[in-house]
Amino acid sequence: MQFDPFVIPFDLGLYFILIYAVTRSIIWFRELSRPDKLRLQRGFFGKAFGQSLKEIFLESLIHRKILKSNLRLGYMHMSLAFGWFLLILFGTIEADIFGEKHLNAPYKAIFFKFFNPDHGKTPFEAGYSFLMDLILAFILSGLVLAIIKRFSSKAVGMKKTTKLKTLDKIALTSLWLIFPSRLIAESLTSGAYGTGSFLTGTLGSWLASFLPASQMAYPFWWLYSLSLGTFFVLLPLTRYLHIPTELFLIFMRNSGIRTGDKAGSFSEVEVHSCSSCGLCIDTCQMNFSAGINNMQAAYLTKAIRNNTETFDIAQNCLMCGRCDQICPVGIELSPIRMIQRRTGDSEISYTNTWKGYFREKQHLPVKKQNIRNSFDFLPESNPGKADILYFAGCMTHLTPSIKIAMTSILNASGLSWSFIDEKGGACCGRPLMLAGQDKEARELINYNSQIIWKSGAHTLVTSCPICYKVFKESYYLDVEVLHHSQFIKNIIDDGSVKMNFLHKRVTYHTPCELGRSSGVYDEPREVLRHVANLETTDFDNENSLCCGGSLGNLMLSQENKRKIASCTAAELTRKNPDFLITACPLCKKTLAPVTKYKVIDLSEIVAESIVTPAVLKKNTYRFKKTVRESVGVEKS
Amino acid sequence: MTGSVVVVGGGTAGMEAAGQLAKAGLSVTLIEKEKYLGGHLREWHHLFPDRRPGDEVLSYLKNQIIHNNIRLLTGEGVEGFQKRGNDFIINTRSGDVVKADAVLLTTGFDLFRSERKEEYGYGIYDNVITSSDLEEMFHSGEIMMKNGEKPEKIGIVHCVGSRDEKVGNLYCSKLCCVTAVKQAIELKEALNKCKVFCFYMDMRMGGALYEELYREAQEKYGITFIRGKVSEVGVNFSKRLVIKAEDTLAGRPLKMELDLLVLMAGMEMSAEGLKLAEAGKLEIGENRFFAASDNHFGSNKSNLKGLFYAGTCTAPMNITETISHARSAVSDIINYMNSDRK
Repeated sequence: MQFDPFVIPFDLGLYFILIYAVTRSIIWFRELSRPDKLRLQRGFFGKAFGQSLKEIFLESLIHRKILKSNLRLGYMHMSLAFGWFLLILFGTIEADIFGEKHLNAPYKAIFFKFFNPDHGKTPFEAGYSFLMDLILAFILSGLVLAIIKRFSSKAVGMKKTTKLKTLDKIALTSLWLIFPSRLIAESLTSGAYGTGSFLTGTLGSWLASFLPASQMAYPFWWLYSLSLGTFFVLLPLTRYLHIPTELFLIFMRNSGIRTGDKAGSFSEVEVHSCSSCGLCIDTCQMNFSAGINNMQAAYLTKAIRNNTETFDIAQNCLMCGRCDQICPVGIELSPIRMIQRRTGDSEISYTNTWKGYFREKQHLPVKKQNIRNSFDFLPESNPGKADILYFAGCMTHLTPSIKIAMTSILNASGLSWSFIDEKGGACCGRPLMLAGQDKEARELINYNSQIIWKSGAHTLVTSCPICYKVFKESYYLDVEVLHHSQFIKNIIDDGSVKMNFLHKRVTYHTPCELGRSSGVYDEPREVLRHVANLETTDFDNENSLCCGGSLGNLMLSQENKRKIASCTAAELTRKNPDFLITACPLCKKTLAPVTKYKVIDLSEIVAESIVTPAVLKKNTYRFKKTVRESVGVEKS
Repeated sequence: MTGSVVVVGGGTAGMEAAGQLAKAGLSVTLIEKEKYLGGHLREWHHLFPDRRPGDEVLSYLKNQIIHNNIRLLTGEGVEGFQKRGNDFIINTRSGDVVKADAVLLTTGFDLFRSERKEEYGYGIYDNVITSSDLEEMFHSGEIMMKNGEKPEKIGIVHCVGSRDEKVGNLYCSKLCCVTAVKQAIELKEALNKCKVFCFYMDMRMGGALYEELYREAQEKYGITFIRGKVSEVGVNFSKRLVIKAEDTLAGRPLKMELDLLVLMAGMEMSAEGLKLAEAGKLEIGENRFFAASDNHFGSNKSNLKGLFYAGTCTAPMNITETISHARSAVSDIINYMNSDRK
């Protein structure tokens, strides 16, 4: 039996982390809701399992998404993760083939060279040693990048990297020590026995030429084992927990589990899967336009993990969703931020670091008093019977040109329509929701729902993407909700309106709430292609910018909002368009004052180009049938 | 006394300063981008607080600049300038080069473009006009709505583009309150039957005789002052304006139908002034107006020796203050020519 006391730290660390992983998984599984448990069980025996394996390989090992967005950073992550994986895999095979017996204890593979110092004499063995050296060199090259990144993040193509806490620093040091100590230990042993390949062999024989290699090797094997052991024990307390947690996340996501609106196992797994890679910091407009770099998603997940104050971080965000788009781990960052907003100013109980291995549930929402709001003061709104309802919303009332344009478009369509909030109405509820006040928002939703029900309409058209999102997702209405860009596309497609082509060059700004938040990218662009020459910009579709006027952020100063707006407007008008078009009254209002270019809404250019028909022909617009109609209930 | 000064901008400050400099014996080049001198003063029918015709002040200023030492360059913009040693070299837009010992910038202000507050509907609804448009109506003597009828119910909105973080102007334009009072009185005099409502945040009646005018407006003319900003403007079926506001003293929301809405557009640093500031690396303040080298005793001096400011390119000012400011600039320039420059 090959054994040496120096393997004990490694062994302890390894068994500790394995037991910990199992316990933690059981706790997480138990805390899942029943439907999610079923999803997970179904996922385990279904397609999700295979998909997850593939995704784990591509994302956790190769880091494909980071590679795509930043080659150097991706290489760094890949060489460490994939390299280490290969080292373990081939190390185990090596120990199995060349070791004393088959099926060895894990430490045999890790410290193979120590127990088999003269391995590498035959050509086959030498070839294998060459492979192992190659893998080690691959890892070390990534390590060099990581060390450079820590001291100068620009070297890996990043403007900003995350700041660390003390435990992270210790864990980081032990992580950094693992591979160099292995290199030196293996080299010294190889040097003493005249084995090893191009890396360990060369370095070993050079070191052996002036050092007592066989005596020197032993302390380095200790160091190697100690750094591995320390790293494993500290892992659950540091951001490196993301390495094992990400595997769970991928599997849970593929099984169909989503973040939802309350904190739970899944959101906790997500938070712990954040590797603090910092891509969200670089993509954040608060950072690159306004110079605010302490509230990005990486800091939010870090604050949640460390049980520090999250209120300011959670509130100080545009909720534009750019970080969701870029996160290489695919964490649903905006929903997590919303969870933190809903909890509000929660009491945070103190937990010491050692207890941190199994944290108490944190950030529980403060119970709110039950206050019923009344909207008695609002004018009685009776839209009457109509097929189509138009809801302008507060922001459209503040940008009357959009209201006027939509009125003329709806009239030109020849459909029977009614203007719900022509004389003013209640808010759609989204601003309250974004502030985490769902209950209060529900009151508004009920108020508006009643009006919509009374009209018996089957389609609701909104001009404001903020309203659109909340009507679509949070109202339980039996009507088709359309943003005006979608509605206009429908009436163009079915021939209800004819348009003149205006020979204007335009660029289109995708509003966050319409694009990333609701997935409506194509309709506005198709409508624009009917009326003008649509130019591309560097920030189209998923990569679109936030105008800066977001309702999601109640903490950002006007000055910083202007900075963001100016940057956005400048980027979108690079090609000197005749108009900068948007599809959101708030974006229009935010962008218009900061640029010399004319900013108009999609509906305005459409209203401008509509051909007034001499005779209104019979309308052919096909509605989606409502449930009421399809089950044969008469509209009453 | 000898020496040459270039005065950029032929408005109130520029004309007054040019006249005074010429009298002191300096040779002056007065550059004005418009065809006519007079600047914003030409647009004003009557001036507050005594409602004397603007033309009277204009003709005083015109008399000031009839002097042999003054060379006029109208219809000519300034492209930029350099300082070589102690001399200034000014490049005009048409390619001329003017040399001078000192430069006085009197580039004035631009009226806030009210289209930027889209919720007020300027440029969208026919009967939403600005204080400047109304002054033009006073000039022509025809105060009417777009359809030619006489307005009976008129609203005046204070602080349009001033004290408004959203448009990036935190400062008070200082003159709009008293302009609103003056115009309200004039409206009332011109249209006997009309009712006038002023929507204000605070009444800033800091100038001589302002408070008296304000009192008169209420007591003699029965003008209604409502403390609260107008939030949005729309139209009803008969195309009459409908405004939403809040009466913050009564503590209730308010909705009102109006025939005419007048926006008291604030003052902003002129676009020309900003261009010069960028070209000449002149310091500007947070409010984008030129930053004087000292708030108390250097309000005409810039961060560049030999370059001076006067008038509304440094802060909102009324005519009285502008003329005084121009004169104080002249005394600074004379001191500079006599001692500092040598």
